[in-house]
Amino acid sequence: MGVSIGPRQELLLPVRPGFLWFTLLVALVANLLPWEGIWTWIKPDFVALVLLFWIVREPRLIGFGVAFLLGLSMDVAQASLFGQHALAYTVIAFGATLLRRRLRMFSTDKHILQILPILLTAQAVVLLVRLAGGAAFPGWTWFVSPFTGALLWPLVWIILLAPQRPRIDPEHPI
Amino acid sequence: MEHAQQPFFNRGPTPFARFLLFSLVALTLIVADSRFRYLTHVQQAVAVVLYPLQRVALAPAALLDRVSGFFTTQTQLTGRNNTLEQQNLVNAAALLRLEALELENARLRGLLDTRATHSQSAVYAEILYSHRDPFTRRVIISKGTSNDIGQGQPVVDAAGLVGQITRVYPWASQVTLITDKDMTVPVQVMRSGVRGVLFGVGSDGVLELRFMPFSADIQPGDKLITSGIDGTYPAGLPVATVQEVERNAAFMFARITAQPTAGVNRHQQVLVLTASAAHPENPGFEEPAPPRKRNRKGG
Repeated sequence: MGVSIGPRQELLLPVRPGFLWFTLLVALVANLLPWEGIWTWIKPDFVALVLLFWIVREPRLIGFGVAFLLGLSMDVAQASLFGQHALAYTVIAFGATLLRRRLRMFSTDKHILQILPILLTAQAVVLLVRLAGGAAFPGWTWFVSPFTGALLWPLVWIILLAPQRPRIDPEHPI
Repeated sequence: MEHAQQPFFNRGPTPFARFLLFSLVALTLIVADSRFRYLTHVQQAVAVVLYPLQRVALAPAALLDRVSGFFTTQTQLTGRNNTLEQQNLVNAAALLRLEALELENARLRGLLDTRATHSQSAVYAEILYSHRDPFTRRVIISKGTSNDIGQGQPVVDAAGLVGQITRVYPWASQVTLITDKDMTVPVQVMRSGVRGVLFGVGSDGVLELRFMPFSADIQPGDKLITSGIDGTYPAGLPVATVQEVERNAAFMFARITAQPTAGVNRHQQVLVLTASAAHPENPGFEEPAPPRKRNRKGG
């Protein structure tokens, strides 16, 4: 008698490390695009999403060190305080290591509620650090991007998992 | 018999320990950057590595700009050309007068034997992108140390003062706008000559002239120009227009808000004034003479 826990599991091919680094690079470029107007606070942090995905899926390939370095490069690019994004991505990496086993219990749409607290915590930590440093409160729009990020998560999951799905030949299923 | 159990797999420190370590390093970096301004070399190195990626990210917008420029109509171009030519004529007349005045000024200064004001040299730069960090008012411009840009240089556009260079990378630099919360500009009211200090408040289009007494001769609509007292900004650059003067007896000072004249959100081009005006050296504080010991005499 089999007890099925969570969604249907499928066998996946191993990830190619080149694909992993390429997606991180694309996410970084997406963050560096010249966003204007309201998009500056609506847009999700793509690097945070892709980083979260890969630390959940491939903890042996990528971890705190990569998250930290990506954070430093985001800080220089966005002219924010040096170390601010590094701190945020460290929080996200820690959240990902906590979530790694739990996420397998849920289907992708239920991941959203698991991801949201992590993204919100990272955002709140950065806000606290900046306020402690004497910056002005930027308004509640500061907390919009974690929500858009969490809503985009199923899409990220599908896109980044696609190359690992084995191609099944309908003539010869096995 | 007991023997120490060896772990099967060597996993290194626990995730929580790693989390603590990396957050501590990040917090140290934040403090080092915000309080002491260390690490500029590290930031420059990261900026160099990041430069090609940034160009890639900015390429689509630049391409779109070029393509839309290709499709502007003939009438638009001729119309714009006409207005520019007219403006050029007006400017040329003003420039002729300025040259004459400069000559006259130099002669008078020679007669008076005073220190000559340096002429300005400026570097043209484009705004690459703006307002990434919601906590501050900053833009990134396209010129850096390779174009003789240095920290503290004032940045202007056609309408007035935009801000100040606060950080320089090899091919780009960061401009903090005068609307930033930490920015102050020493100004002078053009009409009455009253001096004051203009503070940014951290939101677009609002500046505050603080610590002005009730009796100060300031009205809504007054133009504020740099006074040149600090030596950072050359004197006479237009900065802002006074919007509202509120004289409430409940407070120590008058509440004066102003609107910046420069349009950072409207323009793409700025000028960086690379040679700052000559100003006398800071006299500093002289060591006070040690107080003489009084001879204690009883009675």
